[in-house]
Amino acid sequence: MSTSDDYEGAARGASGDVARFEDGRRGPVAAFHHALHTTPALVPLLVLVAAILAFGALEGSRFFSPFALTLILQQVQIVGIVAAAQSLVILTAGIDLSVGAIAVISSVVMGQFTFRYGLPVEVSVLCGLALGTAIGTLNGWLVAVMKLPPFIVTLGMWQIVLAANFLYSANETIRSQDIAEQAPLLQLLGTTYNLGSARFTLGVVVMIVLVVVLAYVLRHTAWGRHVYAVGDDPEAAELSGVNVRFTLISVYATAGLICGIAGWALIGRIGSVSPTSGQLLNIESITAVVIGGISLFGGRGSILGTFFGALIVGVFTLGLRLMGADAQWTYLLIGVLIIAAVAVDQWIRRVSA
Amino acid sequence: MDPTGKRVMTEQTQTQTRTGAIGTPILTAEGLTKRYGRVTALDRCDFDLRAGEVLAVIGDNGAGKSTLIKALSGAVVPDAGTVTLEGRAVRFASPIEAREAGIETVYQTLAMSPALSIADNMFMGRELRKPGILGTVFRKLDRSRMEAIAREKLNDLGLLTIQNINQAVETLSGGQRQGVAVARAAAFGSKVIILDEPTAALGVKESRKVLDLIQDVRARGIPIILISHNMPHVFEVADRIHVHRLGRRLTVLDPKAHSMSDAVAFMTGAKEPEAA
Repeated sequence: MSTSDDYEGAARGASGDVARFEDGRRGPVAAFHHALHTTPALVPLLVLVAAILAFGALEGSRFFSPFALTLILQQVQIVGIVAAAQSLVILTAGIDLSVGAIAVISSVVMGQFTFRYGLPVEVSVLCGLALGTAIGTLNGWLVAVMKLPPFIVTLGMWQIVLAANFLYSANETIRSQDIAEQAPLLQLLGTTYNLGSARFTLGVVVMIVLVVVLAYVLRHTAWGRHVYAVGDDPEAAELSGVNVRFTLISVYATAGLICGIAGWALIGRIGSVSPTSGQLLNIESITAVVIGGISLFGGRGSILGTFFGALIVGVFTLGLRLMGADAQWTYLLIGVLIIAAVAVDQWIRRVSA
Repeated sequence: MDPTGKRVMTEQTQTQTRTGAIGTPILTAEGLTKRYGRVTALDRCDFDLRAGEVLAVIGDNGAGKSTLIKALSGAVVPDAGTVTLEGRAVRFASPIEAREAGIETVYQTLAMSPALSIADNMFMGRELRKPGILGTVFRKLDRSRMEAIAREKLNDLGLLTIQNINQAVETLSGGQRQGVAVARAAAFGSKVIILDEPTAALGVKESRKVLDLIQDVRARGIPIILISHNMPHVFEVADRIHVHRLGRRLTVLDPKAHSMSDAVAFMTGAKEPEAA
């Protein structure tokens, strides 16, 4: 005899509704909050537009010209490419401190393989890209299989790769004229196109194409969904049938490949191959990602946000320079933006609104 | 990912063949043993689940019921013993293998990605791609088809209060999340569904919804293993009750012939079952 006494009978008179969650109408703040929650790239886009308008109002056509605006794109292309790699890693709740070092060693390998060993320049470029991918894969293996914290793995890798870079290159720069004469392919991504007074380089085109492709992959493929799921909750992802190990390794490997591409673009941008270039890429890429609204806790944000984040930094840098302000003002304002961006992220993450 | 699509389509026919044979063993285990160091979590444990039934597994904390469930769902590989699914011996090295064989587990933590949508979560790890070149070359997901199937599965289980299939799982209530997790398990033509403490975190009314859901799933012919500490819930929905004690099956109770206090007495060792 089931002696279950009818304890639920008391609830019978109550309304049968379990809490409902329709998109009922709310105030404008809540509606805005909801829009931000579903479209995380909206904040950096608004900040970007506001910054362009503000500097345009202050400086008129000096800033608000096709030349100046496309100059910003050229100035952010390397950071933009590296930040795309950084975004992938941060979406998995990791961080990659070795991105700058990978970009530089890839560019050094492209240069040295051509000039020291006389390899065909196409082969050297492929070797540089392959090295970037290999270092990324090693990062991914250490994170996914050895279960080491990404911060530590990539902090170590940063030092290792940077030291290897100086040891291998003997701190030797390959001059721009030599490259232009003997191996112009190395400077390919520096090729410039003029559209009226607007100037684009192939590197800028590569950055934009990369962002578009990654945005598509993250949004519309299973792999992209898995990247978000792994960043959100790796255990839940594993139990729902996601191959977490493969996803993580492939993310770090792809990031390494993208850094290799950034190394190639770096040669196009500065003309020469220099082992001391790109020292600030780590911090600048993380800055772009954070200002772009990608959560450092993983699983939230979009690559478009990172792109806008990189552009915001570029707009502030150029705008303040045109105003003749001390460069330190740029750093100060970027610092404010970083903290503001994280505060906004925390506000967006509060679901209860 | 195509086989998944087919499995969704053929589920109806499978259901009918399954209901035809109520009472035949679906998932059985013999002599399962698992030791962690000097602790024996499973001690030559037997288990059987029959077609079309809800089998509750009850036991005190530390009795080894979660190890038993893990051994059945592939999360733990037993040191000894055999597991048989529909007459075939199986050996799972991971939860994914068990799931591919048709054993779906709804974990107490639900294993969902809170920031992703209901549809994303339901198809996590078995996404459907667009037909043709968009799917094969560009790997594009077939969102509209996944959303349609997700909506249909939720409707089937009476979870109509969910308005927007694209809303993030973190915006759902505990009961709704449980519902989505159960719908996910039931959607893919599974042979067995394991529910781990599905009502533990829920209020009275939400628990009621989940219990109704369990009965709906049973009515569709899918047998369920229900792990629960909640005796009224167990006695309401279970057809048989597997009492687990000291790493093995102590007895199987008929909830119509025993009282809740009997069950608690067996579970805690206050009473021994008559030799049967």
